[in-house]
Amino acid sequence: MRTDLLFDPVDGLDEALAAVDAFDGVLVDGLLRPQPAQVAGLTALADAVAGTPLAARVTEAVEKAVAGAASEDHFVVLAAARTALMGSVHDALTARIGEVTGRPRAAETAPAADGEEHAVNVLAAARAWLCDLARTGWHGIDHDLIAGAAPVVSAMLPDPLLRRQAALLDGFAAELAASCPGTALERVPERRWADLWSRALLLTLPGAARTPAVSPATGRLLPLGVDVQEHATAVQAQVHAVFEPADGAAPRLVRASVSAPKPDTVVGAGLWQLLRPRMSLLAAVGEGRSMELDAMPLTAEGDLLWDDERARAGEAADPFATARVILSTATDPVTAPLDRHPARIAVPVLLEGYAAESADDGTLTFDLAGQRLAVDTDRAPAAGPLTAKAVATSGACVGLLRWDAGEFVLQPVAVETTVRKKTVAVHAGAWAGGTTDKAGARAEKAATDAVTVLRERAGRLLRK
Amino acid sequence: MRVVPPARPRKLAKVPFVELADGRLQGVVSSGSDIGRVYVSSIAAGTYAYACSTNNNRPCGGARGGFCNHIRALVAEAVLQYGAERVARYLKAEPGDGELDGAGLVASLAATRPAPGGSSAAAPVFSRFLRHLTYLELEPVTAPLPEMHWFPSTGAVA
Repeated sequence: MRTDLLFDPVDGLDEALAAVDAFDGVLVDGLLRPQPAQVAGLTALADAVAGTPLAARVTEAVEKAVAGAASEDHFVVLAAARTALMGSVHDALTARIGEVTGRPRAAETAPAADGEEHAVNVLAAARAWLCDLARTGWHGIDHDLIAGAAPVVSAMLPDPLLRRQAALLDGFAAELAASCPGTALERVPERRWADLWSRALLLTLPGAARTPAVSPATGRLLPLGVDVQEHATAVQAQVHAVFEPADGAAPRLVRASVSAPKPDTVVGAGLWQLLRPRMSLLAAVGEGRSMELDAMPLTAEGDLLWDDERARAGEAADPFATARVILSTATDPVTAPLDRHPARIAVPVLLEGYAAESADDGTLTFDLAGQRLAVDTDRAPAAGPLTAKAVATSGACVGLLRWDAGEFVLQPVAVETTVRKKTVAVHAGAWAGGTTDKAGARAEKAATDAVTVLRERAGRLLRK
Repeated sequence: MRVVPPARPRKLAKVPFVELADGRLQGVVSSGSDIGRVYVSSIAAGTYAYACSTNNNRPCGGARGGFCNHIRALVAEAVLQYGAERVARYLKAEPGDGELDGAGLVASLAATRPAPGGSSAAAPVFSRFLRHLTYLELEPVTAPLPEMHWFPSTGAVA
């Protein structure tokens, strides 16, 4: 591990992000009647992609937008240009992480084959709403405008093939609703909302979120740790693991994901309860076991499309042993072209021999041979034993390397600490399959009660 | 960065649904006497105009001269779910100094002698509650949702 490289500047990064920021500023006041500052922001975006195959179309879209006459297609082109810039940032950062870990990279993936068009109407409705947002601008949002997302989300949610779009739009719209009216906003999260807007817009295009080609994976799956993501009405757990093919091919880093929509009052251990029945891997992670896979669908991007029928519990497997013995030889997956974005970089690494340092304001850093890596302990799920305190007293850490606000950040998913002279491992996902821990069992009971009440209410009121 | 902090865990038996939306603190309160009946209660931000009626639009008998028990329960549970500070800020309430809790917030709102509002919001609130319940009926999927990386778990234990 060349962790010193995490602190070296990345060429071209500032320039690419400056163009992104210039465009993001344009969305604050919307594109109904662009002002001179907005024209400059749009021009910066066009200039940044001037040497690329996008140039001609972006120039045309910018001209229309400057005139306040951008159509939906033009907005899509602007979102594509911004996404391409973020893709280049992603590539530079991923290349740097590759130098840090020294791990081999998988070959580039081929784009998914064309399939039939799916749910064209509801995607068109989503696109229309997102274009209205861009015209209105963040300062112009009000409850009426944001409420326009609700019927789109309701139409998408029952279709499993549209879950990706639905989860994004639902979380984005809830955030915008909580920020209404836009005129009263003191601070606009410009880059974040522009990220969500441009991703949502591109995902309305035919084929943008198509399931990529898969190949059957047979062999042993050795979990490293769990990452939980949630907004008020959706949750996803991603298990990062090393896959050892039975045919003796090189081990690969893979992810297994499970997600579900949820009422906002289902939180904490309730998240595990929703996800557990759909993925036996969560129980295996909680018990510290490997799993044997039999022809499990695996995408070229390293995503296992989990099916309980194709997995059975294996032998005990310690994630730290996996991280020490196999992780450095495992192949890193390649991100699908459209998904390249710095926010979704989450690369498993093992760190040892650092000095954890807590600042007075509660922030934590790992001192790595004199250089300080920021540690984000907030991302650990509430229903789990991995606390900031455990991380602060740890001597070894399996974590996800991320990039946020201009620097690399480590998200711990498991640490080794010393309790009464014995080494103890603490895992963020330890309660994924259930727990005998006192606090964990209380959280499970509270979550069960909440869901029981909601189901009772649903049964009584919904079917009338 | 999360713009909306996650809800804190609370018991749902009495008040299964609470939200800060449409310029109101609003929600659904289970009837204490009839298991098949619920009340839709709300308080408007700024004016604190209050309303309470059943899901069939019959006015609540308790909410004639002031806050009924449903509205008081609504405020108390909203404080548990969102924290007193966020609820007070949304309602544009200006409670006195000191530690703020649900009872204190209700008292300070009631002390302004707010007027009853219309019950026109009852139908949309109730339908949002029903929509909220449908989220429990949806099946989990195992295809990855890359955009959820923008919504990290925040680990905040209440």
